[in-house]
Amino acid sequence: MDVELRGITKRFGPVTANDDVNLTIRAGEVLGLLGENGAGKSTMMNILSGLYSPDEGQILIDGKPVRFEGPGDGIAAGIGMVHQHFMLVPVFTVAENVILGVEPTGQLDYLDLKTARKQVLDINEKYGLEVDPDALVENLPVGIQQRVEIIKVLFRSAEVLILDEPTAVLTPQEVEDFFEIVKSLRDSGKAIVFITHKLHEIIEIADRINVLRGGRIVGEGDPKSLNEEELAEMMVGRPVSFDVVKGPFKPGETLLDIRDLVVLRENDDIAVDHVSFHVRSGEVVGIAGVQGNGQSALIEALTGLQHAASGKVAFLGDDITNASVRERHRMGMAHIPEDRHKSGMISNFTIYENMVLNTYYDDRFSTGPSINWPEVLKTSAQYAVDFDVRTPSIYLKAGNLSGGNQQKMVVARELERETKLVIASQPTRGLDVGSIEYIHSRLMDSRDEGDGVLIVSSELDEIMSLSDRILVMFEGRIVAEFDATAGPVDKNAVGLAMAGAPA
Amino acid sequence: MTDVTNDKQTLMQQLMQRAAPGRAEFEDLVIVPIFAVVVALIVGALVMLATAVDIATIGRSYLALLEGSVGSLNALSETFTAAAPLILAGLGLALGFRAGLFNIGAEGQIVVGGLVAAIVGFSFAGLPWIIHMPLTLLAGAVGGAAYASIAGYLRAATGAHEVISTIMLNLSSYLLLDYMLGLNWVQRPGRADPVSKSVLESAELPRLFAWIDPNLRVHAGIILVLVAVFFVQWLLFKTKTGFEFRASGENPDAARYAGMRASLIIVAAMATAGALAGLAGANQVMGVLGRATPGFSAGIGFDAISVALLGRSHPIGVLFAGLLFGALEAGGRQMQVDAGVSIDLIGIIQALIIVFIAAPLLVRAIFPWGFQKPSTGRKE
Repeated sequence: MDVELRGITKRFGPVTANDDVNLTIRAGEVLGLLGENGAGKSTMMNILSGLYSPDEGQILIDGKPVRFEGPGDGIAAGIGMVHQHFMLVPVFTVAENVILGVEPTGQLDYLDLKTARKQVLDINEKYGLEVDPDALVENLPVGIQQRVEIIKVLFRSAEVLILDEPTAVLTPQEVEDFFEIVKSLRDSGKAIVFITHKLHEIIEIADRINVLRGGRIVGEGDPKSLNEEELAEMMVGRPVSFDVVKGPFKPGETLLDIRDLVVLRENDDIAVDHVSFHVRSGEVVGIAGVQGNGQSALIEALTGLQHAASGKVAFLGDDITNASVRERHRMGMAHIPEDRHKSGMISNFTIYENMVLNTYYDDRFSTGPSINWPEVLKTSAQYAVDFDVRTPSIYLKAGNLSGGNQQKMVVARELERETKLVIASQPTRGLDVGSIEYIHSRLMDSRDEGDGVLIVSSELDEIMSLSDRILVMFEGRIVAEFDATAGPVDKNAVGLAMAGAPA
Repeated sequence: MTDVTNDKQTLMQQLMQRAAPGRAEFEDLVIVPIFAVVVALIVGALVMLATAVDIATIGRSYLALLEGSVGSLNALSETFTAAAPLILAGLGLALGFRAGLFNIGAEGQIVVGGLVAAIVGFSFAGLPWIIHMPLTLLAGAVGGAAYASIAGYLRAATGAHEVISTIMLNLSSYLLLDYMLGLNWVQRPGRADPVSKSVLESAELPRLFAWIDPNLRVHAGIILVLVAVFFVQWLLFKTKTGFEFRASGENPDAARYAGMRASLIIVAAMATAGALAGLAGANQVMGVLGRATPGFSAGIGFDAISVALLGRSHPIGVLFAGLLFGALEAGGRQMQVDAGVSIDLIGIIQALIIVFIAAPLLVRAIFPWGFQKPSTGRKE
């Protein structure tokens, strides 16, 4: 089945999200769709799946114009979407999840699970998916859950599959398996739209690439003849540098010294299992690992948000194992939290309030019980300018900013303080290339000025390009350490360690 | 170089410009509440019609409502008298809501604050007014604060939800009041029914306009109300403590990550809210009743929840919402006298106002011409 978007324009009030977009999706082909956050990718896919109706333009399926009136119409026409955030019921089995909403029923509304199981197995076999139809979804790893989502759309006889940032949650090894599945779907004649902002992936998997910027298609090309630099330039609209500019490696005194740290989860399971390592000034230590292997608990213990069950954390020689969050802030620890919406900022507060969220009590910003708001305003405006937070006014609510600007706001707040150690957890998750480049360079500035930097990321490329030393965390333990100052680290070896393979 | 610095300065200046309050904000804060009141009155009239009240009586009752609330000096005085405790307790609740605490214990805090104020107010004969009156107010505030702190402490230390614990404390406060009023040293000598001794003149909130007409009941409590409004406004928006309250109310996780102490904030916010409710109790005892009686709180603590919600948990909003509710109460009494319509109707109208405020889309649908056309879609 071929789908064509012709002259699609969609406006939201004064904002034009899609501007005269033309796009062709062909059966048996992977179309890579590349664009920054806010470039209009989601709007376009929502139009394609029937959620929005376009203001102008039309959709043609196999040459015939169609009109979608609601979200059900897209899938009815054979266009299925696999969302970035899975929409599965954790306590249901795979088969139950797959049939949810289109249950095969017999007489008297009898639920025909047997047929459902068989159909799931058929789909499995046809595309090499290898998913147990009777497994409970909550017991499945993320990579398999994603396959369940794919089975869901295939079960609904989708001929066009839209995959929205499908690799964001996968390990490098899972990505390779996933690409095999995509290829097998393509070879069986499905049309695939692969949305991402990861350049190397799109070059590897796509047969054709379209780049979206500011709601318009700004480039189209053949992945064989394009390289990452050219694609990034199309996407951002200016040349982008991938090489993080680093000063010479000059490690100084040990800032953070962790000995035999044990942190428990709420249910008393061990989250961090006798971890020891140190961070020196002037170096970047990267902790690689698939999400959920104890990194979050480790960071919470280091920043004072969670108690250590045993072990010792020292900062500049002082024992801070039991120090409060604020004491650690005052000693010069900065913390960029992994989830900015949940814990890094307050969406309903203005930008300037967020800029002083953990410094409002400082003598600079307060006299007696009162906060000195004029000073806060001035300083926040300066932070916003220094860190390129793009907003018309700092009186705006932080929730109104784009993801990249929100993160720059958080980074500004943390790095503009007097810092000695920067702890950054997933500092660029969900951000576009331009913002990533910017935040990376600011983190490197901190390192070159003599701060210690500890980065936790599930994005292996990020860890590889920033770190002087790489630690791999698996099931609560540090299972491998790589020195990146001597020469390039073998990415494959790190990936294997992340998956728990013996070194 | 200077060019770059200048550019930066201009950019900073731009960022520090506050955008003019938008039409949407104005609609939300002013037009919706006004229309909500209008719709509530219309529906109230329909309710009267449904209960076989004729049109003329309905007209008469709404006229009486207006007259009884703002129609004369005496009416205004009654409105302010009724509004004062609602605003005080409403401010406390609003402050709690801002801090993420759904404190519905204002009723109990009013009872305890009023009881303590009554005791201090009838004791200490011989103290000069300038000392005794403030001391009595302070006692009411401390009483309310201490009582609210129980719920705050339970929440902070054990996680017991404040909705449950404040409901329990409300019930306990009624029993405590009845028990205390029966005690020898509290009960008024020579009375068989449980009524406290009268508050001494030196501890009364004096009537302000008795020189115009001795029947004007409005008393110094309204000055207290104004001070409280400004205090809460200052506390919430200008101080470190207020910043912490609002931050933990909006996003407790982010507040914790920023190094704020959640348990401390919960207890402090509950205590401040309780102090304001306690002042409302003291206000009644010292300015209106002159003593503590069974059930003197009269549900003010519950009406204050509506006032705080209607005022969008903003001190100035609470002030106006409290005045509106005070006017409805004062006017409602007149309505009952003049038109013979039950005062329960006022309760219905108050409830309807809250319903319509809580459903702005409904109000917009009823009065499409009052509002700008909503934008046709949401940005992704």
